[in-house]
Amino acid sequence: MRIPCPYCGLRDAHEFAYLGDATVKRPDPAAPGAEDAFHDYVYLRDNPAGAHKELWYHGSGCRSWVVVARDTRTHAIAGAELAREVTP
Amino acid sequence: MRYSVLSLLANALTGQKSWKPAWRDAAPKPSYDVIIVGGGGHGLATAYYLAKEHGIRNVAVIEKGWIGSGNAGRNTTIIRSNYLLPGNEPFYEWSMKLWEGLEQDVNYNSMVSQRGVLNLCHTDAQRDAYARRANSMRMSGADSELLDQDGVRAMYPFLDFENARFPVKGGLLQRRGGTARHDAVVWGYARAADRLGVDIVQNCEVTGFIRDAQGAVVGVETNRGPIRAGKVGLAVAGSTSRLTAKLDMRLPIESHVLQAFVSEGLKPLIDGVITFGAGHFYISQSDKGGLVFGGDIDGYNSYAQRGNLPVVEDVAESGMALIPRIGRVRLLRSWGGVMDMSMDGSPIIDKTPIPGLYLNAGWCYGGFKATPASGWCFAWTLAKDAPHARNAAMRLDRFRTGHLIDEKGVGAQPNLH
Ligand SMILES: Cc1cc2nc3c(=O)[nH]c(=O)nc-3n(C[C@H](O)[C@H](O)[C@H](O)COP(=O)(O)OP(=O)(O)OC[C@H]3O[C@@H](n4cnc5c(N)ncnc54)[C@H](O)[C@@H]3O)c2cc1C
Ligand SMILES: [Zn+2]
Repeated sequence: MRIPCPYCGLRDAHEFAYLGDATVKRPDPAAPGAEDAFHDYVYLRDNPAGAHKELWYHGSGCRSWVVVARDTRTHAIAGAELAREVTP
Repeated sequence: MRYSVLSLLANALTGQKSWKPAWRDAAPKPSYDVIIVGGGGHGLATAYYLAKEHGIRNVAVIEKGWIGSGNAGRNTTIIRSNYLLPGNEPFYEWSMKLWEGLEQDVNYNSMVSQRGVLNLCHTDAQRDAYARRANSMRMSGADSELLDQDGVRAMYPFLDFENARFPVKGGLLQRRGGTARHDAVVWGYARAADRLGVDIVQNCEVTGFIRDAQGAVVGVETNRGPIRAGKVGLAVAGSTSRLTAKLDMRLPIESHVLQAFVSEGLKPLIDGVITFGAGHFYISQSDKGGLVFGGDIDGYNSYAQRGNLPVVEDVAESGMALIPRIGRVRLLRSWGGVMDMSMDGSPIIDKTPIPGLYLNAGWCYGGFKATPASGWCFAWTLAKDAPHARNAAMRLDRFRTGHLIDEKGVGAQPNLH
């Protein structure tokens, strides 16, 4: 599996560390219902069989966080963006 | 027919003509008391104990492929009860006790072999941690022994004891641990369940759920038509989230791929199970002579049932660091299975918030050893509508209440468990 790092180009997945689902968002701890929202954020995942947006860290490269679009059934990668440029 | 020396002799003398299929190829009936989705080890064991322990025999196991085509037929067959915590060690020790009587119980040779599981330690801190684990195991009635370096040398003189980075200093040995023949476990439970009246329905994929007006699950939709049920239990391992998504239920589970490897057949070399404590590598030798080994999960979400090369390299390097002599052995096969990695690394055997729906999931890479106890406890939970003491900690809501069973203490990061 090779990941197209927007900064470094196509690199072996070995250079990256995996964090997981990139679509979960840290809730506001001061908002009402924060306890439930944090439970969902920390523990619950869609875990889809198919298209998945996920966070990888290019530790052996440019040290950027990258959001990769990958199919979990085939491992085919559709694209990657720098996490800081992904609009929430 | 009961399998025995007599039935073996009788068939030998009569041209092996009176053997019958080990289970019926059942077609689905319109309704059952209980439907178990998933014909892996856990689903079949659950059906067997429902019939045997609770007298609930109007039961179907619904399997989308053939039984044992999932992780039950892909694992590296290690059984052990060397866990640490009050929430899991009594459960795994109960599983070990069931393994010890399994063949007589189901009248099938599952080739349970208590050849010993040895976890190596390489630092003083690791030895201390193993001493704590060994004591915790004994408190739950399991056996455990701490070995010093000479003790390990006597068992496996060929390890790289003086490795510059990871010298072998000793190990934690569970002599009652070992291996079992994974396919035979599946077939044995299937045959025993079938003999008690359970329908084993293969090539039948559950595609959705039938709900009543209150939202309770009262059956399943399949590619062979709807089947109604009093209760539905899910035991689909790596496919759990795919099914619960149809109920808009999100789970504390990610599906990951785990690879394993087998070498060409060799003369007897390793008579137990050895795990490397400084990297991700474990090894045993099958009765056919192949070295069976593996390491860590690949570490990213996957439903592909195949992994990537970095893990292959990592496993090979770890193997060489521990047992240099396997370097000339040729690899025969490698494969992958889809693991239901939970957020604390421990399983879930529980009712769900949806009436009629019960959940058995989150087995990570270690559910084969759990097969008997998982079936036993899930059957109890289904029959009594409440968990047994042995699975009382394996609740679905523990992630909300904070009562995690985090054996490694690494937090909500499935690829670290
Ligand atoms: C490479 C590898 C090595 C392993 N090594 C070990 C080990 O040494 N020791 C250990 O304890 N554990 C080990 N494990 C883990 C163990 O194999 C699993 O935790 C365990 O088998 C899971 O339970 P099961 O047998 O019921 O799962 P499975 O056999 O995966 O059963 C689930 C079944 O559900 C079926 N299914 C899925 N979706 C549907 C649907 N929609 N409708 C109908 N049926 C469906 C599948 O086809 C499958 O047959 C290993 C796993 C792998 C992959
Ligand atoms: Zn980069």
